[in-house]
This record gives sequence, C-alpha cells and structure tokens, in this order.
Amino acid sequence: MIVNAARAMSNDTVCFVGIGLPSTAANLARRLHAPDCVLIYESGCIGSKPTTLPLSIGDGELAETSDAVVSVPEIFAYWLQAGRVNVGFLGGAQIDIFGNINSTVIGPYDKPKTRLPGAGGAPEIAASAGAVYVIMRQSKRAFVPKVDFRSSMGFGDGPGHRERLGLRGGGVQLVVTDLGIMRPDPTTCELVMTALHPGVTREQAIEATGWALTFSADCTETEAPTDYEMATLNALRAA
Amino acid sequence: MSRAVLCSLRDAIAANVHDGDTIALEGFTHLIPHAAAQEIIRQGRRDLTLVRMTPDMAYDWLIGAGCARKLVFSWGGNPGVGSLQRFRDAVEKGWPHPLEIEEHSHAGMAARYTAGASGLPFGVLRGYVGTDLIEHTKQSISMITCPFTGEELCAVPALNPDLTIIHAQRADRAGNVQICGLIGIQKEAVLAARRSIVTVEEIVDTLLPTPGAVVLPSWVVSAVCHVPGGAHPSFAMGFSDRDNAFYKAWDAISADRNAFTAWIDKHILGTADFAEYRLSVKSD
Repeated sequence: MIVNAARAMSNDTVCFVGIGLPSTAANLARRLHAPDCVLIYESGCIGSKPTTLPLSIGDGELAETSDAVVSVPEIFAYWLQAGRVNVGFLGGAQIDIFGNINSTVIGPYDKPKTRLPGAGGAPEIAASAGAVYVIMRQSKRAFVPKVDFRSSMGFGDGPGHRERLGLRGGGVQLVVTDLGIMRPDPTTCELVMTALHPGVTREQAIEATGWALTFSADCTETEAPTDYEMATLNALRAA
Repeated sequence: MSRAVLCSLRDAIAANVHDGDTIALEGFTHLIPHAAAQEIIRQGRRDLTLVRMTPDMAYDWLIGAGCARKLVFSWGGNPGVGSLQRFRDAVEKGWPHPLEIEEHSHAGMAARYTAGASGLPFGVLRGYVGTDLIEHTKQSISMITCPFTGEELCAVPALNPDLTIIHAQRADRAGNVQICGLIGIQKEAVLAARRSIVTVEEIVDTLLPTPGAVVLPSWVVSAVCHVPGGAHPSFAMGFSDRDNAFYKAWDAISADRNAFTAWIDKHILGTADFAEYRLSVKSD
C-alpha cells in the first residue's frame, strides 16, 4: 500500500503531507524515484527532508531539515490557497463513493458514537490542491456509501458539484488501499477499482467496500513491491 | 503604553486568568505552554472558553480537570498517536461535564486569528466550501460575495481572546520576547488578545538577532515568566526535543477516568509548581 502510494509521486510533486501513512509514503518516494519532490507540512515546513519519520507534523526534525519555515497563516494562505500545491496527501476515517472524506465524527454530530480529531487542514487541502491522493485501509466500515460527516470535499454529490461550488483543485484522483487502487470514473465521478495488489481477488475487494464496488474495464494488477522498495521502506521506518 | 511584567507563573496566572475568560494557549506542536496549563488547573479556574487550533495534551488536562466550558478548535487529537481521550469523553459522554464545541478548519482558525491581530471584524478565505462544517458551525462561518470579482468566499469572525499564553525560547530583562523555529500562529494569537503571558526558557541581557525569529516587543506582552522546559512534552528548538514517548504514554493514562484523575491529583494538584511537577513525573 505504502509503496504504491509512493509510486504515485514524481520529482515535480509539491506535496502537502498529512501525518501518518501519507507522510511515510511521501518520504519513501523521496528516497526512491522522487528525490526532488517538495514536502510541505502544515506546521509551516516547506521542503522538509527528514532523516527519520516524524511522529507529529511539527517534530523538530521537519523544521531543521526544511528549505523554509513559515507561519501557520502563511502556509495556508500563500502556499495552499494560492495554488502552489499540486498534490495533497490525506488519510481519514471514512471515505465514500464520491471521494468525500470524514475525519470528524462517526454517528450524528450532536450525539457522536466516536468523536474523531476533526478536519484540521484537510478541507482546504481537498479544495485547493491540484489533486488529492488518499491512503486508507479498505474495509466496509471505512469505505461507506455516504460519509457520516463531510470534513473534506471529494466530488460532493457527484458530477459537476465541485465546479458549481467554484473549487479550484482537482479533487480526489487516487485512493491507495491495502487491497489495490481506486480512481474516480471520469464520467460518474464514482470511485472504481482500477488495480488490485497481487493475490487480492475481486471478491475480497467487494467484500471490503460498503458500496456496490465496480472495476474499470482495464482493471489490472499492481506491480509487487521490489526488494529494493521494501528494503528502503524498512530502513526508513527503522531510522 | 505598558510593558511586560517579569513575574512568577503563579502570579501571572492569578492576575490574568479569571473564571469564564476566553483563553488561547497556542503552539503548533512546537512551544506549547504546558506549564501554564498546569498552573491554571492548580488555581482551579472554571468555565473557561478554550481556543486553540490543535488542542492536544494541555487541553486534555484542562478539559478532564473540569476547567473548560467550551472549546473553539480545528483539530483535537494526540498527534501521531490517536484520539484525545478526555476531549472525546467530554464530547461523547459529557464527563466531567458537557463541553460546547465550535469547530473550524486550520485555515479558518488562522484567518480568524489574523483578523483579530489586524483589528478587523472578520477574515476571508477560500474555505469550508462543500463541507458539513458550514452547517454545524453556523455561528462563525458565513459565505460572502467579493465586491470586486463577484466570487463567493468564506468569512469567519475575528478571534480576540481575553488572554493568549505562549511559550518562547527567550526574553530580555525588559520583557521583549524572541521565538525561533516553528513559529506557528503565536504572533497572531498574542496580537489578537487583550492580554498575554509568555513563558520562556531563558532570560537574557540582550536578544541577539536570529534569522527567521519573531520578536514580540515588551509593550504587546502582559507578563513574562521564566519557566525552563515549560513546553514539555512539547519542545523548544535549541533547548529540547519533542518527548514522543511521553505523548505515546499519555494515551493509556488518559483513556481511563480514574487513571487520569489520579495522574492529575498526583502530578499537577499535588505539586507546587512546574519544577516540582518535572521531578514528580520523572519519579514515575
């Protein structure tokens, strides 16, 4: 999953990175094929090159290895809102068929079953980044027909919704899971499975999805992680 | 024009924190004023409206200890670890009493502090559009039309806390404050507030110019308190590293009401000040 997420990044990527799996994937990409990609963390770090994986978005390691450290208002206004970020890399507790993400609450807002940390930087990342990549483990609880709370806008209610609201970013373009890869159908904006990891069956993917999952006509198999990719990932985690 | 008073943290909190106040203890992972949060608990302040972009352990203490009536925030978790357990318990089950929440995004909170610091009634951003936050935070998110382009934008009201508390690397004897490294939202939060307290790692004769540093002149600060290590388990670049093990250990302590209360009783209410607290947690 992490290797496949890392592969989606290129040397030209300016990536606004969420903590956790997105940060692991982005830092792996920087050690593999994308050494010049720019990692931006919402704590104000631009061009971070951490030698170890940070626990928080504001570990000292991120600041000390950055090209620039700016204030929080500046990172959101000058860098994200102004359109200087081409990939936003997010996780979440729930995602739905239109790529909307919930990181706020499970159950009703006023009577929550589980209160989650909240939206943080995600709403504006999802609105303004050129594209949004999501990395999440696939299960019926997480991949739901409709999110309990829309913390971040994917394609909203469907085709044309982003345009009607005047959102400038491209929305969710890629969802990497432990079972495979989903992308939005260009016509319906619905997430469809476009690749499965080696050994994963269509039945397994359907079983782990809360909506009637479909597969693209050219649904393929992802390339298994190479020994070098896995060794680099393990070294990164051990650092 | 008044200048910052150099005083003990106990005196600064006693003079500047009152029951019912709206207070912001800011710090974006770095320089979080944990010692000040403890002193507020020791002094038994109640009905506070707590403001912060990223409420983490310090606010978990304050909420669990019953100091807070309301929370204005954008992300409430234990960074890299998971949930903020006392915050969750207060929102989900009303323990120790119900907590009103006013929820934003980071960009929105940043715009609110910036407007507050600028003396404007509201901030403007391309934000919230398409999210359910608009419906649930009606009192402080509103759509407006740009008078020049006709574009629909989002307005959020200025934040002007009664008091902002931050931690910084150093101050001079006149009370001028210098902040280095991840500067977060601290400058805006101090300038937006009616009063401010800054705890510092060291007090020096002269502040040396440092690239990228923010200086808050003495005359925008109410009180400066010398509290070495006062950000722990957060950190102060140049003085300490983030104590990630402490954040991880907090998850188990805070998950249980009794374990939490015993921890607060022993380490915060059972100690006279931050120096004693440091010895107390070290002995665990």
